[in-house]
Amino acid sequence: MTASRLLERLFQTLPVLLGVSLIVFLMITLTPGDPVEIMLADSRATPEQAAVLRHDLGLDRPLPERFLIFLGRALTGDFGISFFHRRPVWDVLVERLPATIELTLAAILLALAVAIPLGVAAAVKRDTWMDRALSAISLFGVSLPGFWFGILLILLFAVQWGIFPVGGRTSFDLEVARITGFLLIDTLLAGRLDAFGAALRHLALPAITLGLPTAALLARVVRSAMAEVLTSDYVLFAEAKGLSRGRVLLRHALKNALIPVVTVAAIETGSLLGGNMIVETVFGWPGLGRLVVESIFARNYPLVQAAVLFYAVTYVVLNFVADLLYTGLNPKVRL
Amino acid sequence: MNPPLLSVRGLRTVFPTRRGPVVAADDVDLEIAEGEALGIVGESGSGKSVTFLSVLGLLRPPGRIEAGEILFAGRDLRRLPHAELRALRGRQMALAMQDALSALNPAFTIGTQVTETLLTHRIAPDMRAARAQAAALLTRVGIPAAAERLDDYPHQFSGGMRQRAMIAISLAARPRLLVADEPTTALDVTLRAQVLDLLDTLRREDGLALALITHDLAVVAERCPRVMVMYAGQVVESGPTEAVIARPRHPYTRGLLESLPRLEDPDRPLHPIPGQVPDLARLDPGCRFRNRCGMAIAECAAPVTLQPAGEGRLSRCIRAPEMAP
Ligand SMILES: Nc1ncnc2c1ncn2[C@@H]1O[C@H](COP(=O)(O)OP(=O)(O)OP(=O)(O)O)[C@@H](O)[C@H]1O
Ligand code: SF4
Ligand SMILES: [Mg+2]
Repeated sequence: MTASRLLERLFQTLPVLLGVSLIVFLMITLTPGDPVEIMLADSRATPEQAAVLRHDLGLDRPLPERFLIFLGRALTGDFGISFFHRRPVWDVLVERLPATIELTLAAILLALAVAIPLGVAAAVKRDTWMDRALSAISLFGVSLPGFWFGILLILLFAVQWGIFPVGGRTSFDLEVARITGFLLIDTLLAGRLDAFGAALRHLALPAITLGLPTAALLARVVRSAMAEVLTSDYVLFAEAKGLSRGRVLLRHALKNALIPVVTVAAIETGSLLGGNMIVETVFGWPGLGRLVVESIFARNYPLVQAAVLFYAVTYVVLNFVADLLYTGLNPKVRL
Repeated sequence: MNPPLLSVRGLRTVFPTRRGPVVAADDVDLEIAEGEALGIVGESGSGKSVTFLSVLGLLRPPGRIEAGEILFAGRDLRRLPHAELRALRGRQMALAMQDALSALNPAFTIGTQVTETLLTHRIAPDMRAARAQAAALLTRVGIPAAAERLDDYPHQFSGGMRQRAMIAISLAARPRLLVADEPTTALDVTLRAQVLDLLDTLRREDGLALALITHDLAVVAERCPRVMVMYAGQVVESGPTEAVIARPRHPYTRGLLESLPRLEDPDRPLHPIPGQVPDLARLDPGCRFRNRCGMAIAECAAPVTLQPAGEGRLSRCIRAPEMAP
């Protein structure tokens, strides 16, 4: 991909982002319910005090002006003050983000780790009982409601057998100094293997809940990509060279089959960020998803706006990355 | 005459399908000696590729060999353990394919794909030596500045270069047998001659045994001393090319010849064979050419076997003797 094509692609994303910002802005501001009233609900504020607060928050200005202000500030990372944290939205987001990224990455890596071997096996054993069993399981997995699956896992592995914790990100007695915000990294930096283990155990169930439906989806992508590649002439030709079965499958076939898989995985990572809201709420995971759910209920406009915008940007960026990966892995497309 | 390097007896290859078993190769006998070229001709779907994929042990499931014996250099390939068969493949018997664009892996460089064969079969001790040999091989098939092009991907090669690179890969380990499945169909006349000349040279100088599958009878006439004509999964006629072309002993061979333009007589009217190839899943035991054969008689509904038909030939036609001039 040339630099100009890269720029062009980046440019194409601008209207999308603008549209999303507008929709987010309108959806929140036009829904009934006054944030000032909610904020002042349990204090005994006078109407004058409420008006001052409303003015301070800019809520008394006309809508177009508020949107432009919102946009201008967003570009500089200023999303205003989170109503109920009474701190800059940006700071709150940055604080919550690592937990969500950690969970999302764990989920997508888990999904790939499960999907690739199963998908390859299904493709190699095409039309056998094993293939059929795997496709039935993955169909089930794809259609699994996340929250239901999460609760089931909690009931079995946490409540019933006590193998994994019920929720949260770590135990109270095992907290370490925050450096990167990624618990798996911070615990290692602190040299605390016990805390690392605890973080991993806390991560397990939410990552499985979030990752397994994706694993099911990706396994289907791997299977069909691999099945197609296996009928190709170049796989036959590789076999005719006398290469080992493993080399034919894992090098010649898989490298080509992974092109669509990696692309779909990158896009799915964007969708996982959305899925996080449910999983983080079910598991009490202190990430962005849960924060967004709480903020929606509290009509914490600035935060919801910022978060949804963040989701949109991430989604667009990941699609862009998927594009780059597709190009990078596929020499034929490289220009 | 040399003992045959490859000898196939009674090969029967079947694809189970929903409509019943398709016998894609039926009772196929063939022999190829060292330094010999056998041309294999026949309409599309007559079982040419399936026969030789069976020989190389490269049949795709659900296809499988049901019967027959495949002797290569005295070894029964059907009884060989997988690992030993794999060691022969690419090393002693190789395959060149029709379409290099699809035969070469788009995700690997040409260099990688050539050196892979050399390293797998320990023809080259290390990557450095393998790359040097790869460059020499590519030069030999006529790729200019081969050393600099090792790191190109297949799509960066022109069609003709790709085809020659693919053939170079097939020949990389100096195999004793090359199955060339329409290797030059995609090339223009000059390149075709160049590649066929190379194969001729290898045949004469190194004793390469060549199975040349082609639709082009002119190529067979020019390059293959012996020919085998296939129809609907069976060998219908085989023997010295000159005799088969000049005096066919099977109505299908004759039909095939009459359907082709002739250099010495371009104005001769062409006669395509009327009718259709029978459905391989719905065969009866009789002659498979019966429904298209102008010479068919009642007896043709009984099984017909390959019989000597003079001049070192075999024919699967009960009326072959009557075709003698
Ligand atoms: N996977 C398969 N499933 C079912 N039948 C098959 C399969 N592969 C091949 N066949 C059957 O085998 C027959 C012979 O195929 P083959 O590829 O050997 O023909 P061919 O002589 O090489 O033709 P062409 O000149 O087009 O390459 C086909 O007509 C088809 O009926
Ligand atoms: S056996 Fe009969 S039908 Fe078959 S080719 Fe000979 S004459 Fe024709
Ligand atoms: Mg063929």
